[in-house]
This record gives sequence, structure tokens and C-alpha cells, in this order.
Amino acid sequence: MHEMSLAENVLQIIEDAARADGFHRVRKVILEIGQLAVVEPDAMRFCFDAVVRDSLADRAILEIVEIPGSGWCMNCAATVPMSDIITACSLCGGYSLQATGGKEMKLRALEVE
Amino acid sequence: MCTTCGCGRGEVTIDGQDADASHEHVGADGMVYRHVHQHPRKHSHEHSHAPEGTQARWVQIGRDILAKNNMFAAANRESFEQHAVLALNLVSSPGSGKTTLLLRTIAALQGKTPLGVIEGDQQTSLDAERIRATGAAAIQINTGKGCHLDAQNVQQALAVLALPQDALLFIENVGNLVCPAEFDLGEACKVVILSVTEGEDKPLKYPDMFLASRLMLLNKCDLLPHLDFDMQRVIENAHRVNPAIEVMQISASSGAGMGPWLSWLAREHAAVRARRAENCNAFKQPFL
Repeated sequence: MHEMSLAENVLQIIEDAARADGFHRVRKVILEIGQLAVVEPDAMRFCFDAVVRDSLADRAILEIVEIPGSGWCMNCAATVPMSDIITACSLCGGYSLQATGGKEMKLRALEVE
Repeated sequence: MCTTCGCGRGEVTIDGQDADASHEHVGADGMVYRHVHQHPRKHSHEHSHAPEGTQARWVQIGRDILAKNNMFAAANRESFEQHAVLALNLVSSPGSGKTTLLLRTIAALQGKTPLGVIEGDQQTSLDAERIRATGAAAIQINTGKGCHLDAQNVQQALAVLALPQDALLFIENVGNLVCPAEFDLGEACKVVILSVTEGEDKPLKYPDMFLASRLMLLNKCDLLPHLDFDMQRVIENAHRVNPAIEVMQISASSGAGMGPWLSWLAREHAAVRARRAENCNAFKQPFL
């Protein structure tokens, strides 16, 4: 369950931002998680709530924005959607797909006070 | 995990010593709380939850969640390149035979190539002890509840291991086919070990790990006569996930198939040394 480490990293980024930006409470946290990233949103929520307890982001709302997966098909020389990394190309049915989008794991923005 | 703040630090040990005993939190009142995790971990700290009554605003961050890990990984990679160290991140399920493979590999290389091993397990130093018994240098990282090694763990272990120039470094990750896929340690590449007793579907069930690896070693091949294992299918499944993955069949316990693995190591290590030599030459070029 590496979501715990990821949640700890999120809190650390929040704490760094708080020092740099001078806010002292976080109401909402927006993460961008790619469809092809190795992150389970429910596990992320569970870990986030545990990790931010008694911190400046205690009880903050976590919003996860899913970024759709996409890949480059070497057979078709085209970008096609990918729902997971073992999906077949929607054009040719082959597996020569290289993920090009949807691997991101980012802290996009914070609503703070 | 720290039960007060929810963080997981204070659990990682390197050869039994606390790796990171203290850390900071910013409280709701803006105060920075630095606290130390030591055993026993019971401790208390105060955070104010007084309503602030201030206006909410948005702060754009746009930072990769793994940025800190990736920063440590980049520093490790640079250090490996400077010292012509070939660092390999060995990943697999628990019980695939990683440590036996390392023992067999060390026996073949000892006296010829300087090498070191970083062992990652949640608990015990059993694996590092097995490696040290061969005379090779080994450091044990215990991740506590952690399910993977991270690049900072490796940097801390490297400081203790003090590898010589031109060495091979094997990082035996925590046995887990999921989480270690996501954490770059600064290695040249990941090598996934899959034992034939685990079944042919593993590359499809845990695709991220097979996508992240450059080489798949199919281990315990000495057991094939006793198993209903379809070699062709496992290779097809691995290539479906990662068309570029190289595949080798070995038996770490019998030693069968070790030749191609050792040749692969020699080739990769030579490439690392050649790159370093090239960089050194480029550095020596006079300014025109």
C-alpha cells in the first residue's frame, strides 16, 4: 500500500507550500491522478485522511481529478485511448502501445486560509 | 506509522539504526512542530484547532507527488554514473528466489568484480546476513510497515556501504509486485524475477512491474518437469505488457542458465563504464 507514502509526500508538499505562502489551514486538496498511474483512489483517500490528521490539512476535502490514459500505437502511428496498461489498441487490436499520457500523480492546487 | 500524526517515518532502519528519527509538521496555528520518533513511539504534541475566520483562497502547486523521491533518485543516479557503478533494482513477489540468485551471482563474480548489496525487507536482517556470509558487503534496510524501498533509503544505505569505483550494486527490493514499480531508486534498470511456480499470468495481473523492468528472469526452471507451466505463454504475456522486455530462463539453485545472466551483467556494466569514460574525456576536452 504505497498510497501511504504518496499521502505523506502530499502532506510534505503542503507543509512546504504553507511555509512559502504563509497559509495555516487547508480546506481542499486537488490531486491529478492519471488513469495509468499505480494509485488506487480509494486507498489514497483512506491514507490521506489518516496522514493529515492533526496537521494543517486535518479534515481537508480531497478531490481526485482523473487524467485519461493514452498511448502511442506503433502499428497505427496514432495516439489512442488507454484505460489500463494492458489494453489493446482500439484501432488495430494490437498490443504495441506505449503509454504517453495518464501516468501523472500531481498535487494541482490547494484551497487555503 | 506514527499514530499521532499519521506519518510513516521513524520506522525505517538501516542495519538496525533509525534512518530518520525526526521530522516537522506545521500546525494549524502556523507553528512548526518538530518531533522525534524513537522507541517507544508514544509521544504527544499540541495543535491548535481554533477557527481562524479568514478568507479562503486558492494556491496553485502543480508539483509531482513523487518529486522528492525523484530528486533523491537523480542524485543516486548521478553518483552511480560518476563512479561507474551498475546499480540494479531487483523486484519480485516474496519467495521468487532473489536472495538465492544473488548468492549464486556473487559466487560467480567474487574476486573479479567489486560488488555490494542493499537488502530491503519489512523486518529482520536475515537476507543481509546470508549475503555477508559470502564475504560481500551488504546493508539491510528494514522498512517497518513500508512496502517498498525509496530513493532516500538507498542514499542513506549507500553512505554506509561505501562502494568502490566500478562496482556492481544489487538492490534487492521488498518482495512486492506492486509498489516498488512506482519508486525510482536511481538504478540503471529494474530486473523482475518471476519464479515458474507463480504461474504464467503474473505479467498481466501485475503489469506495472513488468512494464517498468528491462529484464525478466524466469527462475526455478529446474522445477519445470514437475509443473504445468506454459513457458511460451508467460513470455507472450510479458511482451504484451512490455514489448521490449528481455527474457532469460534460469535456476538460481542449480545454476542452469546463469551464463546469459552473467554475460548480461558484464555487458551492462561495460556500457556504464564506457559512458563514464566518455564523460571524463568530454570533460578533459580543452575549451576552444
